Amino acid sequence: MSNLSVNHLLGIKGLTEADIRLLFETAMQFKEVINRPIKKVPSLRDITIANVFFENSTRTKLSFELAEKRLSADVINFSANQSSVLKGETLVDTVNNILAMKVDVVVMRHPHPGAAQFLSERVDTCIVNAGDGTHEHPTQALLDAFSLEEHLGDLRGKRVTIVGDIRHSRVALSNIYALQLLGAEVQLCGPKSLIPKHVTSLGVSVETDLIKALKSSDAVNMLRVQHERMELSYFPSTREYAQLYGLTLDKLQTIKKELVILHPGPINRGVEITSEVADSDQAIILDQVENGVAIRMAVLYLLASKISTPAT
Amino acid sequence: MSNASKILLTSTKLTLILQRLACQLVENHPGCENTVLIGLQPRGIHLLDRLVAILKEEYALETIESGYLDTTFFRDDFRRTQKILAASPTDLNVQIEGKSVVLIDDVLFTGRSIRAALTAIDSYGRPSNIELLTLIDRRFSRHLPIQPDYLGAQIDALEGDKVRVKWGDRPADSMVYLENKDA
Repeated sequence: MSNLSVNHLLGIKGLTEADIRLLFETAMQFKEVINRPIKKVPSLRDITIANVFFENSTRTKLSFELAEKRLSADVINFSANQSSVLKGETLVDTVNNILAMKVDVVVMRHPHPGAAQFLSERVDTCIVNAGDGTHEHPTQALLDAFSLEEHLGDLRGKRVTIVGDIRHSRVALSNIYALQLLGAEVQLCGPKSLIPKHVTSLGVSVETDLIKALKSSDAVNMLRVQHERMELSYFPSTREYAQLYGLTLDKLQTIKKELVILHPGPINRGVEITSEVADSDQAIILDQVENGVAIRMAVLYLLASKISTPAT
Repeated sequence: MSNASKILLTSTKLTLILQRLACQLVENHPGCENTVLIGLQPRGIHLLDRLVAILKEEYALETIESGYLDTTFFRDDFRRTQKILAASPTDLNVQIEGKSVVLIDDVLFTGRSIRAALTAIDSYGRPSNIELLTLIDRRFSRHLPIQPDYLGAQIDALEGDKVRVKWGDRPADSMVYLENKDA
């Protein structure tokens, strides 16, 4: 078996099905590792990783940091709101300064789409995209697809519906690419104002009626309404959104079908999903979080294997 | 098996050796009580399965604690060779704390896999002692001070040669052979 076809993880676009399979197989073994009494392996003990976050994050940052520590990497953390970025330093300068401290891998979240790609072309280090604006969030899509496979088996021919704020969602775009690579059919559902105009060119179908969308699905990924990215009002009120697109027990009972329910977090309880549904057995939200660490370990392990040692 | 291969152990010899190894295990671990047999992935697990089968059939041992251990993430050649990175499953659902552990692998060569296994096993607890059982010992090729406690056969081979164990469905289909480096 060969290694990944890429030297950076900038997005799911650019990965092959074989890459995803290798990542999943490796993640499966790491999942066993993180359930051992001692949850650490020494693989990355001579690797230093910088988590560079220009945008707030709780779970992704924690998940990456834990993954790095479980692999025995040295970790440094950088948050833009406590840094010289506020004094006017550019992205490339900031990262080059971090690299001057002999860092091997940069995990970056940035509010601008394409920031990870931009950086990978300008600095000489391995870049992992932890979310770039409304563009991609590859590790989230990988952990979503991995969690789905755990519950549904082979995704070929399965239909997954992504519900909500597709327009502002990097999770949606990465999920579309990943699920399609694995042979699943992707359907989008939400108010028309939150679905980009030409999205069907990606080979997905669009359904604005949630009940209809749920009836034809094997799994549903409920996205968070991202108020912070909306400069305009895309729907009349949160209450109306919750009534039409919120996943409730009533709606699930109407469709009379078992669905696997995902949510990338953080949850707006009572908006896109009610508490009863989020805490039900059909929701695999906490499995997603556990799998997130295993997937990120696999990503870092496989990418780090491509970094040559000083001796070689 | 290609033409450039040489048989080192025939199925008859292999069967005898497996019987002897099983016998030695029972001799040192009466009833296999308080003992965990661990096959190392990817190739040691077949030897483990064979030995467990013999122990159950011929020594009437009902419960033998055993498992598979993968050492990929503990190897010392990560980023140093082009070796395969993909790990095999670890299946170790037994307590090893305070127990006697026997690591089982097919071919002992440099000893580096065993060193990795010794570190990996630590993640599951502290065994009272650890022993090593190997089917084949490639003499004079060790990189580390590691020797087997139970040994099937010793062989001499050139560094580039490969020693392969073929496990057939029937005992008569199994054998150990040498794959020449020029093959």
